[in-house]
This record gives sequence, C-alpha cells and structure tokens, in this order.
Amino acid sequence: MCGRIDDPKGKSRVEYVIEAENLRKVFNNFVAVDGISFQVYPGECFGILGPNGAGKTSTIRMIYGFSPITSGKLRVFGLDITQKWRKIRARVGVCQQDNNLDADLNVRENLEIFAQYFNISRKQARGKAQSLLKFIALEHRQDDEVINLSGGMKRRLVLARALINDPDLLILDEPTTGLDPQSRHQVWDRLRELRSKKGLSILLTTHYMEEASQLCDRLIIMDHGRILVEGKPADLIRHHVGHVVIEVDDPSPKLRIFVQNHNLKHEDLGHRLIIYGQNQDSGRLFQEIDDQFVNENCILRMATLEDVFLKLTGRELRE
Amino acid sequence: MKARVSVGHELMRRKNAVFFTISRRFIRVWQRNWSVYRKTWKVSFLPPLFEPLFYLLAFGIGLSSFVGELSYRGFQVSYISFIAPALIAVNIMYNAFFENTYTSFVRMYYQKNFDAMLATPLSLEEIITGEIMWGATKSVIATAIMQSVISLLGFIHYPQGVLILPLSFLGGFAFGSFGMFITSIMPNIEIFNIPVFLFITPMFLFSETFFPINHLPDWVQKLSLLFPLTHLVRITRSLSFGLLDSGLLWNLAYLLIFSLIFFPLALLKMHSRLIK
Ligand SMILES: Nc1ncnc2c1ncn2[C@@H]1O[C@H](COP(=O)(O)OP(=O)(O)O)[C@@H](O)[C@H]1O
Ligand SMILES: [Mg+2]
Repeated sequence: MCGRIDDPKGKSRVEYVIEAENLRKVFNNFVAVDGISFQVYPGECFGILGPNGAGKTSTIRMIYGFSPITSGKLRVFGLDITQKWRKIRARVGVCQQDNNLDADLNVRENLEIFAQYFNISRKQARGKAQSLLKFIALEHRQDDEVINLSGGMKRRLVLARALINDPDLLILDEPTTGLDPQSRHQVWDRLRELRSKKGLSILLTTHYMEEASQLCDRLIIMDHGRILVEGKPADLIRHHVGHVVIEVDDPSPKLRIFVQNHNLKHEDLGHRLIIYGQNQDSGRLFQEIDDQFVNENCILRMATLEDVFLKLTGRELRE
Repeated sequence: MKARVSVGHELMRRKNAVFFTISRRFIRVWQRNWSVYRKTWKVSFLPPLFEPLFYLLAFGIGLSSFVGELSYRGFQVSYISFIAPALIAVNIMYNAFFENTYTSFVRMYYQKNFDAMLATPLSLEEIITGEIMWGATKSVIATAIMQSVISLLGFIHYPQGVLILPLSFLGGFAFGSFGMFITSIMPNIEIFNIPVFLFITPMFLFSETFFPINHLPDWVQKLSLLFPLTHLVRITRSLSFGLLDSGLLWNLAYLLIFSLIFFPLALLKMHSRLIK
C-alpha cells in the first residue's frame, strides 16, 4: 500500500497522517492489538472507541513510538515509526491517559520545561506557554503548584502541554474520563476550536459515545484488539441501528409476538425490549406499540452511537 | 545532535530500533532536574554544609582523644584529618546513590515523569543518562560545599585538593549508575532498604572510612577492596594529604570499570522495565 492518496481534484498528493497495516501488539503471550488496519487523513478527527481493555491505549502508544510494534506496518506522516520515531515525536502532541504533569514544577514551568524537551528555546517557550495558558484559561493560576489544580484544570494543562510543540497530530487518550460535565464541556470546546485549526489532525480514544459523536469525523470501534466497524458516526448509526429506538420495559408476550411477526430489528434483554426503527414510519410504529401492547414505560428516542456500540460490543460488564 | 552512541546493537535490531539511542539531548533531562533543584537550593545545600561539621565534631574531636594519631602510608596523621576526606567520599556516594534510587524512583513510578518525556523526542536512554548525570552533579555540588568547609578548617592540601572536584563527578557517576541499576529492578520503594543495608551501610563502615583496614581479618580486607567506596576514599584521602602518585591510577581504573559495568546495565534494565 502506498503512503499517498490523490485528492479529489487530482492536483496534489496528500499523505496519510497515520497508516496502520496489520498492526499487532503482543505482551508476553497476550494479544492486545490483533492485526488492525486503518488510515487517518490530514485535518481529520479520528476516534478509536472500545470498552476497557479493547486495545485503544496499546494502539496509540505504538503510534507515538512509546511502545515498539510487535508486527505489521505503521507510518506516521509517511515515516516509518521504527526508524523515524524521533522525527515523528517532534511533530506529535500527546495527552496520555493519566495526568502525568510534573509534580515538582508549577503550572507555567510545566509548559516551559516540557518545551525544552523539544529543543525549543527558553524565550520561545516562555511566549508559547503564555499563549497556551490563555487558551486554556489558566493564566491566573500560572504560579500555582499542579497538585492544587482541580481535575478539569489538570486535564486542560495536559492538553496545553501537548500543544507546546505546535503538533501536526494531536493524540488524546480518553481526554475527559473522570471529569465532571462542566469540565468535560470545556475540554470539548477547546478541542472543537483546535479541530477547526488548519492542518491539525486529531486522534482520540474514548468510551464516551457522546464525545465521539460530537468530535469525530470518522471512527473505529475496537474490541478484543480487533476493529469491529469503521465509518462516520452518522453512517454507523444509520447502518447498524437505524433512525430511532423504541425501548419498552417489561414487554408483554404479545408484544414479543408482534415484533417477531413484523420482522422488526430488535434486541431482547428479558426485562426490556429494544426495537430499532429503520425508517421514517417508526413514529407510527411507536404509536401502535404504545397503544396496543404497553401501559407505561415506552420510550421513543433518536438512535445514537451508544446503541451501535452496545449492539456490537455486547452488554456484559468489562473488567 | 550528531554525537550518537548505540548500546547493544543486537538488541536494537530485535526491538525494532526504537529507543536505543543516546544523543546530547540527555542534557534536557538534566536541565529539568537542575530547574527543580534551584527552586529548593536554600534547603538542599544545608545538609552538605552541616553534616561534615557534625561528623568532625563527634568523631574527630570526640573520638580523637581516644585514638590519637595514626599512621597512614608512612605518615603520622591526626584522626580528624584522617576522616575528613572520607566524609567527602561518603558524601559523594550518598548524593548520587540516593538521588538515583529514591528520588529517581519517585519521578519514574509515582510522578510518571519518564512516561511524559517518552512522548517527546527524548529516548529512554537519554532520560536515564540525564538522571545519572544529574545524580553525579549533585555529588559535585555537595562536594564543593563540603570541601569549602573542610578546607577552611585546614584539612585539605592544595593544589592537589582541587582534583577532588572532578573526582566527585566520576564517583557520583559510578554510584549513580549503580543506584539507577537498583532502581530498575526494585518492585516498590520500601525495598530500597535492602540494597542500602546490604551495600551502602557496609561500604560506609568498611571502606577505610573511619579506620585503616590493615589490621582487619584478611577476608574483610579483600572484600573491602571490592567496594568502590574504598577506592574513592583512597583517592580523596591521598589528594587531601597532597600525595599524588601513580598507585592512584588503579583506584581510578576500578571506579571507571565499575561505571562501565553499571551504566549500560542500568540502561538495559530500565529499558526492559519501562518499554513494553
Ligand atoms: N504492559 C502490559 N503488559 C501486559 N498486558 C498489557 C499491558 N498493557 C496492556 N495490557 C493488556 O492489553 C489489553 C489492552 O489494554 P489497553 O490497550 O490499555 O486497553 P484500553 O486502552 O482499550 O482500555 C488489556 O487486557 C491489558 O490488560
Ligand atoms: Mg486505555
């Protein structure tokens, strides 16, 4: 496979930002990533979704050269990760899963000293730190020690730190896990602003479906180290679930027969029946079910990515 | 960044070439530690300033009335001038060893500083090298402070004594590499007590630090010669007495070989611990 694609007008050639081919990661004898292939285009926000232990972190750690690949091919900016890891890392910004800020340094120093790891001069680092602190609205806390920051502030600082080298690719491992809704929305706002920035590509992992729907242009859903599906959020929803979902609590036997007879796409959880409405007529279907078979607790709602996710990865608990 | 040394070519090929590179970039890690040190220097420089004074007071003045003078390499020396250089050598060992054990472990394990650095153009080998260089630097800083105090009291002969400073870097590098090797194999921070009790305390006591070893049992003398601290003490003491002779080259060679074993070992072990 070549590292380039023709753009629609056929004028210039655009490289893939990430190109993974049959990528595997094996720990001792445990296969964490089991031969996955995908590409990320420039300027795109690409999501990796999956339950805990799916292999998301293992995948992205290979992409920024933190952990060596077991087999397969991996190119970032068209460069081979096993050879050009240093060049690649110089152009990548990473928010790792833990907030590993430097506890010995204050907020501003966390940015300035991190900049030095990229051989950015002190003077330049100072300027960048100030503009990034403004970007994440933490200017007023710049002399605070990082332990005194809230979870949301820490996360924003980690994000700012990942931007210190003006990366062409921003990698985020579960950027909003453990944050309260306010903080989460703040991080999303920052990410949306970055998304519109020209030339920046974003790779993020998450298990929040809302996050993926809001931010990702395209995504893959992974489980047990494999890719289950790939596509745009809206396409995936339409294709795997439909337009709307009807949820019925404590369904009656009659309803089950009705669903069988009408050949409706559904999932039976015992105490709850989930019916996937494929088309515009679903409203009428809901009326019919609500009138004839149910006394209470029948809901009609829009289908979401979460429905796709649960349908594909199953409903049993992980870890 | 052209100056590059590759460690373990074979391993390098096997492990997909990633990370087995050392360039001058390690200085970035050193700078980070230096920046942190500067924030707390007002506290950090107190121990090397006062510790020698405590020791000299307790052992030098308290004990010397019992010991009197002793003979060292044919010279009659006072007990206090016998132990003064050893205190410097012990301090060299302590500063690098503890920096690259407890403190590096905290940075690696609790603060996850190395993980964050591994998302930048730094290789793991550069990170570890920077840490060990920093440990050696702490030995130099402590030596400079301590040597000033001891020199003011008149126990160091100059100009030969000037060489103690570069020596403290080599000593620090040796003990820092050893410490980093220990760090790479320690499952948790409590267990550091064991290498301290097994290696550091015996060295502190039996490396010709507080008494000449020539009247100890033969096997203790032989064991003592295996201790890197013994060699560091011998050089420091000779320089302090103004005795500069070719015999010291053996002691120097021992410290070099010790470093050349434990420095690559620390890199290799850290690699297999952290790169998964
Ligand atoms: N260093 C490691 N050694 C052994 N197993 C690991 C290691 N890192 C991850 N794993 C395993 O690989 C699987 C995938 O982990 P991970 O990539 O962290 O999943 P995710 O990020 O999707 O939650 C998990 O079962 C995890 O236990
Ligand atoms: Mg993860």
